[in-house]
Amino acid sequence: MSNPGIYVQGVGAVSPAGWGVAALREAVQRGEPLPVSALERPGWSGGLAARKVPPAPVRPAFMAHPRLRRASSISHFTVAAALEALGHPTPPFSGEGLGIIFCTMAGPLNYTRRFFAEALKDPATASPMLFPETVLNAPASHLAALLGVMGPVYTLIGDDTAFLSGLALAAQWLSAGRVERCLVVAAEELDWLPADAFRLFLRGHIASEGAGAILLSRQARGLGAQLAGVSEPFNYALPGGAAAAMLQARRQVQAWDGRTALLCDSRMHLPRHDRAENQAWHDWPGRCWSPRHVLGNALTAASAWQAVLAAAAVPQEAVTAAVVSVAGCNHQAMTAVWTPA
Amino acid sequence: MLFPAGQSGGAATRVVITGAGIITALGQGWAVNAAGFRRGQPAFRPVTLFDVSRQRAKVAAEVHLPESEPPPQIHPHEWRRWDRANHLLYHAAREAWTQAGWEAGGPVSMVLGTTSAGMARGEEYFRQAVGQPQDFRAQAGRGLHYQAQRQALNVQRALGFYGPTVFIANACASGANALGHAFDLIRWGMAERVLAGGYDALSQLVFCGFDSLQSLAPVQCRPFDRRRDGLALGEGAGVLALESEAQARRRGAAILGEIAGYGSSTDAHHLTQPHPEGDAALRAMVEATATAGIRPEQVGYLNAHGTGTPLNDSAEARAIQRWAGAAEKRPRVSSTKGVIGHLLGAAGAVEAIVCLMALREQWLPPNAGWEEADPACDLPLITHPQEARVDYALSNSFGFGGANASLILRRWS
Repeated sequence: MSNPGIYVQGVGAVSPAGWGVAALREAVQRGEPLPVSALERPGWSGGLAARKVPPAPVRPAFMAHPRLRRASSISHFTVAAALEALGHPTPPFSGEGLGIIFCTMAGPLNYTRRFFAEALKDPATASPMLFPETVLNAPASHLAALLGVMGPVYTLIGDDTAFLSGLALAAQWLSAGRVERCLVVAAEELDWLPADAFRLFLRGHIASEGAGAILLSRQARGLGAQLAGVSEPFNYALPGGAAAAMLQARRQVQAWDGRTALLCDSRMHLPRHDRAENQAWHDWPGRCWSPRHVLGNALTAASAWQAVLAAAAVPQEAVTAAVVSVAGCNHQAMTAVWTPA
Repeated sequence: MLFPAGQSGGAATRVVITGAGIITALGQGWAVNAAGFRRGQPAFRPVTLFDVSRQRAKVAAEVHLPESEPPPQIHPHEWRRWDRANHLLYHAAREAWTQAGWEAGGPVSMVLGTTSAGMARGEEYFRQAVGQPQDFRAQAGRGLHYQAQRQALNVQRALGFYGPTVFIANACASGANALGHAFDLIRWGMAERVLAGGYDALSQLVFCGFDSLQSLAPVQCRPFDRRRDGLALGEGAGVLALESEAQARRRGAAILGEIAGYGSSTDAHHLTQPHPEGDAALRAMVEATATAGIRPEQVGYLNAHGTGTPLNDSAEARAIQRWAGAAEKRPRVSSTKGVIGHLLGAAGAVEAIVCLMALREQWLPPNAGWEEADPACDLPLITHPQEARVDYALSNSFGFGGANASLILRRWS
């Protein structure tokens, strides 16, 4: 395996700011947190704080596909972000030579929760329509079916860092010649179960949803950014815990630190959550974006937004590099770097 | 850095197995499992973990989890909070780790496959959250221990290592994909050693799910039999210690076998049904044999995915026929799901270990439950325990969503 250049062919996003990367960029550049709504939680009147994806301005054509009509919103977000990254191709699609790496932490939880509620009520009548949609790789499967992909399709699970692991894996597949292009997508959908679990650990946590996608290739044409590096994951079992892990992840991208670089981090302006990144990046001299502060915490999808924003910023914001920093919620810390192509 | 990576340089790196850990309904460890697979005795029993009185199926290959003391690094209180799946993973990982003779303290990559991680903890969380919404006792622990990343961290702490961890959730192909990805990491020079495998525990949600699809056999799982009418669920874990041949030779490790080939593909036909002609399955097998640099007729044993569902088995049989060609070139085939059930995310890893056992000890596991031939599954099925000289074995794993993976293992002599 060689290490050729890995280039960004396209990016896509669905977020509480809207459907598309333009809306995401505009919201983050504005820097003001989006309005919060209440996510219904059984047994509580107040609900949980959340930022939802608004309805699509026009019903996306892909929703008429037989595999996507009944699919959960996580699959819709996944496909919308992926199609944007592919440049909104018109059907029929050619998935030849295309690989897919789908990343998620909570997965298709709406249908999972609904199915389990039915199973608890009466397992003999639980819906067989729901169960297949509860499987973690269902969104990736729908996307592969839509695009006609027969090559490798992986679903990676993990904490917020899974998307960066996905970028590194895509680079490996491309370098080894296993695929010609690779879509890396992360998606999450709002559900009260993970929002409730996060509330137990983090006061002030605002759950969010959406997707982010990056199309990588060995061809230099495209967005004008290339993947310069992805750090190793440094897990929190290291002595010093999250702070030490984040610091080590920063050290691996030290070469790209600088006044003309952009840092796109996973901070939420919640001191307890941000501690590791505050320590690791306290002396960062350049510009800094914190998408989760504006959009809420969509776990792996929020990391994908960071990567999408950073990749898009390289040509559009005239920065020498864009560093993505992710302190995962409970497993590991990672960084990635984009540079001009 | 994960990327750019170091160059492997020169000849392809051979990926050898220096440790294997397994736990299934047959028992814990290589010896008891090898004896059980060799005999082909089914290990199903009535489900005790949750209520199945309202389900069509009432049995599964449930594991008798051995009583054991927590390792010194894990507090007993923490040990009790581990999910059942976490305990299964730990038992298999410890066996592989110990057999490989790896020492604590260093970095080791880990690649794991699972479909539902600690789902039982998630179910507990849900029950309490809707039943007693103001009661938060133990909910934080349940939220944490449900997640795969926590389970991997727990195992790393227990065995005393750290390192990059990747989790692949490709439904029932997860365990095979995990081994395949670990194979790629070593082959491409990105890791010297990887602890890889799959794990899954029985959970009410998953059991109800397969039952709702009427995919579970009400009486007996009969892979490739004409009267087959569904699968049976099981639970367990399989973990392999993989390393480059150079690394294993440097430290004088005993080599148990070799992963020689890997292929993966996607079947876009349907979310839960394979293409009847087995197109994607064929693609995975062709890629695996090409990676291994061998011809299908060199494969002496094929451990089929063989769930016992009508459509899966006939599609896989068709794929095997197309892959191998003429009838006399087809390898002997069996599915071990008639013995330990379908282990979902663990299936591919455990079945790779069954192949390793067959290669090491030169026997072929029988296809339990089979009685009557099906013209749609015209394969040289192994119907009774037998000894054989086998150099290569192929293991198929196909999952929901069309995730397909094939692994080729080679006998080490």
